[in-house]
Amino acid sequence: MDSTAASAEPPFEYDATVDPAPRLRLSGRLDVHAVEQHWGSLRRRARDLGQQAAGAVLVDLRGVEYCDGAGAALLHALEQDFARADAEVRFEGMGRMVEEQLAPYRELDAVEPARAADGRGWWQGWMDGVDRVGRAAHSQFSFVGELTRAVGSALRHPRQVRWGDTLRVAEAAGFQALPIVSLIAFLLGVILAFQSAIAMRQFGGEIFVANLVAVSLFRELGPLMMAILLAGRSGAAFAAEIGTMKVNEEVNALKTMGLDPVRFLVLPKVLAGLLVAPLLALYANMIGLIGAAVVMQGFGIPWVAFFNQVTSALSLSDLFSGLVKAVVFGLVVAGVGCLRGLQTGSGAASVGLSTTSAVVTSIILIVVLDGVFAVLFYHLGV
Amino acid sequence: MTDAGMTVPDGTQGEVVIRVRGLTMGFDDLVLMRDLNFDVRRGEIFVILGGSGSGKSTLLKHMIGLNRPQAGHIWVAGSDIAEAEGAQREAILRRVGVMYQMGALFGSMTLLENVRLPLEVHTKLPRQAMDAIARARLQLVGLGSFAEFMPSEISGGMQKRAAIARAMVLDPEVLFLDEPSAGLDPITSADLDRLIQRLARTLGMTMVIVSHELASIFAIADRVIMLDKESQGIAAEGDPATLRDTSNHPWVQRFLRRTDSDEERPA
Repeated sequence: MDSTAASAEPPFEYDATVDPAPRLRLSGRLDVHAVEQHWGSLRRRARDLGQQAAGAVLVDLRGVEYCDGAGAALLHALEQDFARADAEVRFEGMGRMVEEQLAPYRELDAVEPARAADGRGWWQGWMDGVDRVGRAAHSQFSFVGELTRAVGSALRHPRQVRWGDTLRVAEAAGFQALPIVSLIAFLLGVILAFQSAIAMRQFGGEIFVANLVAVSLFRELGPLMMAILLAGRSGAAFAAEIGTMKVNEEVNALKTMGLDPVRFLVLPKVLAGLLVAPLLALYANMIGLIGAAVVMQGFGIPWVAFFNQVTSALSLSDLFSGLVKAVVFGLVVAGVGCLRGLQTGSGAASVGLSTTSAVVTSIILIVVLDGVFAVLFYHLGV
Repeated sequence: MTDAGMTVPDGTQGEVVIRVRGLTMGFDDLVLMRDLNFDVRRGEIFVILGGSGSGKSTLLKHMIGLNRPQAGHIWVAGSDIAEAEGAQREAILRRVGVMYQMGALFGSMTLLENVRLPLEVHTKLPRQAMDAIARARLQLVGLGSFAEFMPSEISGGMQKRAAIARAMVLDPEVLFLDEPSAGLDPITSADLDRLIQRLARTLGMTMVIVSHELASIFAIADRVIMLDKESQGIAAEGDPATLRDTSNHPWVQRFLRRTDSDEERPA
């Protein structure tokens, strides 16, 4: 077979005759182009011929010069069409190439799928759902347990902690996040101050904007916003990194070397999260206050007056309640990111799923925990 | 059927499908091979041999246009693959199939969808025909009953076979296989060898294979070239059994006799 001669080879043709005997003659190149053109029409002709034949149909392949997989698919479809019309097919002049190409199609008729179709009832589906939830809860509890044990052992044997890794992660999650935290915190301060100043001005109380901004930033918005940024930047990165390691069997390699993935991979990230979260929250608070102060200039409140008001409005409990929250949020974001990474299945798509799930779960947990803290601090009188 | 269109290529003569002239390849300052010259003829099973790091897979990547040569030319089906762009390049790539070393199946698609994808991209066949072709190709590599599985649900060897099914679904003129039998059990590997031979002999497909499975090479290769890292060139070229018996290149001797038969090794 010479494919430079492909164009010189006769094009695909077919004709069907009923007299003297039902006969379908194919000739030329039975390739993908021919099949694209004739798939529908040829099969219609075959069905008609099969119905007219009432017996045997002869398919003459002597003129077929070349047959590819698509050609064989067409021949096999014709076979089935004839069979459906209760006509018996006899191929004439089938060369080795056609035979070779047609073989897998014929074999397939006898092949059973390796997995039976999903025919389970709703009850089984329900129980599977319960099972999945149970397993997810189990893996989360055991992760929390392993993490606690790892943190405990890190406290007892601080030398065993991979401090180099921890600092590297802290730099990526903390220091490198400063520009975006600055931008968002500054704008948050500006917006808060501006919106409240317009209302306060009606009562001549612009100076109390300082109280409002300071308390809401330190107690609520600073830690909350920092945690959401941390989840988007670093939680996602942790999940993607560990997830890719899981897919590449690097996590299994660690296990077989006797290294605990939680201690080796997760602990440095969680410690880094614990370390940078309160620092980032504190930094966000400061930048937010500067943003608010800039706006208040426009309302005739000088810098000194603004910051005097802030210091008198804030108590230590405001500062520490915010920082406690930030520490917990940092733990949640880093922990969830690593957990989702370790839960990654196989394949590139599952890394994407883990990353998405890490960010979504973190943000939900952060908001829920924020509510819990609000109730807790109220009852504690903080 | 006339025999004219079905002559079995004998692998020694015939039209040149791939022509490599003066090819120098490497990465930045590192030169792997200098001034390579060889031809691959239609219908032959052509094997690229060499020690690890000698640039076998890199040569394959040059031949399918993924890497650009530092110097020289590679003509695939009459066009310079490095110079071809746009529609011309697409036309060349439509005529070749590639199986990558790790299979490179798309993890988010079932095996059927993986194998069907080239048909969806390059043909206007009806959906039913595409499905039939894809299933038949899976059956040809022994995976007919696994069409609905995801790549992650099957073994590495099965993934490799599915990748071969995908590479040949368009009936390419040239099939490039990067280490097809590495990681397969001996039985599957022998089945694969037979499949490669059948495709070459009955369908006239040209096979370019990177491999170091000596048993498989001696069984199927029409011609081998051996890349030598030391001399940055082709150490030997020809039919593997003849090379083993007649070559006086010491490295070629060590390479070909190593696992084939230890007792034959000169003391």
